Amino acid sequence: MPSYTVAEILQKLESRECSSEEITQSYLDAIAKQDGTINSYITVTAEQALAQARAADELRAKGDAPALCGLPIAHKDIFCTDGIRTSCASKMLDNFIAPYNATVVEKLAAAGVVTLGKTNLDEFAMGSSNETSFYGPVRNPWDINCVPGGSSGGSAAAVAAGLAPIATGTDTGGSIRQPAALCGLTGLKPSYGRVSRYGMIAFASSLDQGGPIARTAEDAAIMMQAMAGFDLRDSTSMDVPVPDYRAALNNDIKGKKIGVPKEYFSAGLHPDIAAAVQTALAEYQKLGAELVEISLPHTELAVPCYYVIAPAEASTNLSRYDGVRYGYRCEDPQDLDDLYTRTREEGFGEEVKRRIMVGTYALSAGFYDAYYRKAQQIRRLIRNDFVEAFKQVDFIAGPTAPNPAFALGEKANDPVTMYLEDIYTISVNLAGLPAISLPAGFSNGKPVSLQLIGRDFDEAGLLAAAHQYQQISDWHRQIAPHAV
Amino acid sequence: MEWETVIGLEVHVQLNTQSKIFSGASTAFGSAPNTQACAVDLALPGTLPVLNEQALKDAILFGLAIDAEICQASVFERKNYFYPDLPKGYQTSQMDAPIVGAGVVEISLEDGSTRQIRVHHAHLEEDAGKSLHEANFEHHGQGQSGIDLNRAGTPLIEIVSEPDMRSAEEAVAYLRKLHSIITYLGISDGDMSQGSMRCDANVSVRFKGEEQYGTRAEIKNINSFRFVDRAIKVEAQRQIDVLEDGGKIVQETRLYDSDKNETRSMRSKEEANDYRYFPCPDLLPVKIESSLIEQLRTQLPELPDAKRQRFESEYGLSAYDAGLLTGERAIADYFEDVAKLSGDAKLAANWVNGELSAALNKEDMNIAASPVSAEQLGGLIQRIRDNTISGKIAKQVFEGLWNKEADSADAYIDAKGLKQVSDTGALEAMVDEVIANNPEQVEQYRAADDGKRKKLIGFFVGQIMKVSKGQANPGMVNKLLNEKLGG
Repeated sequence: MPSYTVAEILQKLESRECSSEEITQSYLDAIAKQDGTINSYITVTAEQALAQARAADELRAKGDAPALCGLPIAHKDIFCTDGIRTSCASKMLDNFIAPYNATVVEKLAAAGVVTLGKTNLDEFAMGSSNETSFYGPVRNPWDINCVPGGSSGGSAAAVAAGLAPIATGTDTGGSIRQPAALCGLTGLKPSYGRVSRYGMIAFASSLDQGGPIARTAEDAAIMMQAMAGFDLRDSTSMDVPVPDYRAALNNDIKGKKIGVPKEYFSAGLHPDIAAAVQTALAEYQKLGAELVEISLPHTELAVPCYYVIAPAEASTNLSRYDGVRYGYRCEDPQDLDDLYTRTREEGFGEEVKRRIMVGTYALSAGFYDAYYRKAQQIRRLIRNDFVEAFKQVDFIAGPTAPNPAFALGEKANDPVTMYLEDIYTISVNLAGLPAISLPAGFSNGKPVSLQLIGRDFDEAGLLAAAHQYQQISDWHRQIAPHAV
Repeated sequence: MEWETVIGLEVHVQLNTQSKIFSGASTAFGSAPNTQACAVDLALPGTLPVLNEQALKDAILFGLAIDAEICQASVFERKNYFYPDLPKGYQTSQMDAPIVGAGVVEISLEDGSTRQIRVHHAHLEEDAGKSLHEANFEHHGQGQSGIDLNRAGTPLIEIVSEPDMRSAEEAVAYLRKLHSIITYLGISDGDMSQGSMRCDANVSVRFKGEEQYGTRAEIKNINSFRFVDRAIKVEAQRQIDVLEDGGKIVQETRLYDSDKNETRSMRSKEEANDYRYFPCPDLLPVKIESSLIEQLRTQLPELPDAKRQRFESEYGLSAYDAGLLTGERAIADYFEDVAKLSGDAKLAANWVNGELSAALNKEDMNIAASPVSAEQLGGLIQRIRDNTISGKIAKQVFEGLWNKEADSADAYIDAKGLKQVSDTGALEAMVDEVIANNPEQVEQYRAADDGKRKKLIGFFVGQIMKVSKGQANPGMVNKLLNEKLGG
């Protein structure tokens, strides 16, 4: 069961071949068996999941099953879940039981899903390796000595290990796409404003976006259908009609133009990944797409720009964790300053503190113009590069990550090298565009990926392009050696 | 050399929207602590702000009322600082692109002159919660502080003036004018005692005629008109004393202690926060269509200045009376009702500004709580006009109405038999009686010249009023006396 796709599971449920309870139980068994090694879950909600599964089975028996009735999923532990600990992988929120559901959680619940639990991540989604979690690192099911990527490393590892058929993730600078790439999965980062951020714990508000991490583009389309849509509770959510993603999967890509930016094949790119991407692009030509060489001249500024804007927003988004109302509070505070200082010193991990410091500095009087304002100007230039490019092409293709999964600890003490892992994903967040990562080969037994970037709100186009490639390739069908 | 005080005010006005500026929680005053704070107000992880459209409209109305430019791409920013009653660790406010740009407020001074005070801008922001430092909290022991977040997220407009005021009197006049504008617009109750309107005063002094401003001190959170007056005066004097002793003024924040009538240093400029303002990424710039502005312009009520002018021209009132009546919209409305019902605007103005206003002040009541309704006062004035009662009896009737002894002036007059005696026969009898009983005074009167006679006749009128229990028609009594004594 654990290697099935969502499409297959839904079919089994619809045909009554299996009950949700049976399927849910098989995933809970797999988690019990394998997650001691993988560490992909922070919280497993077994009892609640089984209750939901039984309720789903009853609904289906009555004949009013919603679209995802009885489908087990996992939520990245950054989405607030009513009555369930929502930790953001931080000591700061280790004791925080959310009293409400995120919009995404609510919408998926309304679509009938069963929640297996909450998956591990880098603390407050800050990281590219899932090593900054308060609950320990996650291991990559393809090589347990390697990282699964981050920050949605728990979601990716859980799906790759067969501990959930699909999971939610969030992507601020590559946090859905990079772990999907490192774990051989399909990950969609929707356009900014497509999926509500309400109840999704903020890292960098102008960049954060929730999306699915799935085995296949078709599964991602199924999940996106339930996640996407305007939300009055999120002022940055956009009221753009949501198409039928699954129905659009077979939209012809013949004649579509795929832009290949020369800047995406720079010195730091692993040769196996460069080769895999070129091979995949040749396949797209066979499908009738046309390749066009393009330039995104401000690409190299994306990482420095991002590492001003994201920490600046994070530094104030995380001010609310002050020990006053909820979450961690230091022992025996002597006075107000002591309460703040020790609560935050003890409650946050090193990477989070580093980013709060960087962001605070970037916004400080006397530095604002040189850093934050400058970064916003660069952000517009990066966005304009894409706007220009999309006048010529329908998609932009390149690698998702410059390297396959690296060893645990390898980059943990070198933040700059770690930040460069996001070099191909970050500009997409800065520009607010949708992008998808899909498996395109292997390097030394570890998955490597192709990234497709689309026009604003063209998730349907990206899902279709990915789906059609997956009809003529089987990289996404490979099963990780440490999967159940 | 003569000193001059320079004052700029920052006035916070709580808008009376039903819900908070960025959440759906109620803004009602006086509920049990933390019962009106929702997930957004508590800054729970993952919550997001959504702008209250009414707060935006209220701010635009205010901007239109002071003839200011409305910013059509207004931006909310985060003002970052830590405090326990500030749940997010930042206040969502405005800095670079406030909703209301430069405007003007005209003030009238006691000597009858007027001045234009420029408003630099006005912006929308959220209020913080309240810290309660109490000796003992139930279940929590001594020396604890409590946080009440009911107020957190209440919409405010902060109105920042230019340093255009030159005396405490001008500052208070400006503050009163803002108060009447916001209450006319109905966007706030403006109640300073409940904190619906709060004032920070920037005060500096310089020699008269100098161009350069002196170093200023900011006096925080002054909560009544009277304290604004006193705090500015005492702070200006403190600065003058320091300078005359050869000292220097330091830029700092000060607190006004009304018990001791002094200001005290809170923190100096060096200790001030770096607020790290930057555009709030959770809220997009607020695009305001011209059509909305025009639509709101049509909703503007008649404002205090226009109403005052109309009262002068339409009712023939003095500038002073019209000014008093238009300070508060509720008083102006009350007056107009009384004027219409009674058919005599001048008498109506005299009664509202006189008897009624004195009674309200005595009981520290506002007009909405007046026990005498406009209908009742109008009815009372009618009875004065048609000579049913004299002015003196009218005061007695007013008191009766105030004490709820009757539903209407007529009812009270009937019940107490206060109807004026205008029957010539009855009055003649009284006049004859008084003349007969006071031969000495009659003799004096008759011997006196015209000037003295005017004084002496008062004695006879008084005697007749005594006999008639105040109900004799004074005009007729005078006439009869003149006839009978003059002979």
